[in-house]
Amino acid sequence: MLNDADLAAIAITLKLAGTTTLILLLLGTPFAWWLAHTRWRYKFMLEALVALPLVLPPTVLGFYLLVALGPQGPVGGLLERLGGQPLVFTFTGLVIGSVLYSMPFVVQPLQSAFSSIGPRPMEVAATLRASPLDRFFTVAVPLARSGFLTAAVLGFAHTVGEFGVVLMIGGNIPGQTQVLSIAIYDHVEVLEYGHAHWLSGGLLLTSFLMLMSVYALNRRFSLVRP
Amino acid sequence: MSIEIRFKIERGEFVLDVDMEIPSRGITAVFGPSGCGKTTLLRAIAGLEPCDKGYLRVGEMQWQDGASFVPPHKRPLGYVFQEASLFAHLNVRRNLEYGIKRVPASQRRVSLNKAIELLGIGPLLEHTAGQLSGGERQRVAIARALAVSPGILLMDEPLAALDQARKQEILPYLESLHDELDIPLIYVSHSQDEVARLADHLVLLEAGQVRATGPIGEMLTRLDLPLAYGNDAEALIEAVVAGHDDEYDLTLLDFSGGQFTVSRHDLPVGHPVRVRVIARDVSLTLEQQSGTSILNIFPATIEEITPAGNAQVMVKLMSGDVTLLARVTRKSASILDLKPGKLVYAQAKSVALLS
Repeated sequence: MLNDADLAAIAITLKLAGTTTLILLLLGTPFAWWLAHTRWRYKFMLEALVALPLVLPPTVLGFYLLVALGPQGPVGGLLERLGGQPLVFTFTGLVIGSVLYSMPFVVQPLQSAFSSIGPRPMEVAATLRASPLDRFFTVAVPLARSGFLTAAVLGFAHTVGEFGVVLMIGGNIPGQTQVLSIAIYDHVEVLEYGHAHWLSGGLLLTSFLMLMSVYALNRRFSLVRP
Repeated sequence: MSIEIRFKIERGEFVLDVDMEIPSRGITAVFGPSGCGKTTLLRAIAGLEPCDKGYLRVGEMQWQDGASFVPPHKRPLGYVFQEASLFAHLNVRRNLEYGIKRVPASQRRVSLNKAIELLGIGPLLEHTAGQLSGGERQRVAIARALAVSPGILLMDEPLAALDQARKQEILPYLESLHDELDIPLIYVSHSQDEVARLADHLVLLEAGQVRATGPIGEMLTRLDLPLAYGNDAEALIEAVVAGHDDEYDLTLLDFSGGQFTVSRHDLPVGHPVRVRVIARDVSLTLEQQSGTSILNIFPATIEEITPAGNAQVMVKLMSGDVTLLARVTRKSASILDLKPGKLVYAQAKSVALLS
């Protein structure tokens, strides 16, 4: 059924998706809030940049990350001069790649949720003595909860499903950087269809359940607005 | 104590340029047509409208002086928006508690129960915003603003989004705020009827500028302002209940020019009331008429006459120290030789009690 390498791949995949989702929620929330409220005239450029992974072949992103994070690249080179290790072929490298690759799936739902709240509830909260941070957590976040749910599930599911980027910068090291999607590829390459079936079927079912829960909960969360 | 307001706010073509001082007691209505800047002015007072050219002092609290600016959440005010804007993620009770929780206990002067009772929303506490009617939602919004014990209450056309029946449902609550709480209220409206019922003081705003300010009774009867020329041109008279006529089911109201007779209202003797006399319901005679069905006839002196359209004139009258308006035809004015200083009898065909 599943061998040790498969189980390790599942564990690494879950860890990668969980870490990536957490980082994206932490960084993406203020960023999405800013995008939803700024009047900066060039914000469209940032929006386009965030959306790039939606259309770019993952190998392109993976290629540039490989170059940037490698020992000769600007980031990897800097790290090496500072006495660190290059990030290619490491779990950290995978996380960096995944954060960039899954960013639109977290930032876009959050931005649209924040925009749809409109300025009024925050103004009301201000007249009820709530400071900016207070009203963000007590008004904006609860009103945008369906956006947070969508962002978290899509960010997680999309990271679980990535292939190209992790292949390019992860290096497919079993037990370290080998994730599920690549493990399936490896099984198919050596004609181990049984293993491939178990992993693919599991992934298919889990992804479907995750997406279904988002759509079901979003229906329940739809709020009547005044 | 007063409220001093100076703002200059430019929004493209529109410029709000206001410099005024209004009393920090009672209800001040900011009145004017749509687009004259009423809402912008109110938002600037709350600190919701960014404006770096301004000065604002409310009583002893200075809220803005140029760029030095107290943020909205640090201003002890209550704000009621045109739409109730209840928090959709909280039920009625938690909407009400949202503000109270953020006010230090030592500064709470209006209790939650008092706010609930004043607006009659006790039975709605566990409902969500979506389960309430428009009128109920607006009552909750008013209670929520009151419950933070504001030093000043700002209301932006709280009735404009409601139908006539809902307006009639809320107006008595607003009137009771006036009677029961000593909180100054700035009330933005484009409805002369609401203003006449509620306001003590009127600011007339036109195209971003203050046209005039003054006590409501005086403002409504000033012949140099547009208020006296609408179809609903009216005079407001403060009177007190003098007694009741049980035989004919009437109530008698004393004012400085005499006594009004109106249909019976069950109010105690001595109760102050506000009376409305519409200018088109007032006719003038040179001698006191006998043999007329009109009960409300008062001797009055003509103060001022101005044309109102081609065929009519507006006559401003003093009866006692009370001002009345009468709209009569230009022809009648000529036949009766009406002119300032002349003594006439004003006959009011109908007199309405407002509160």
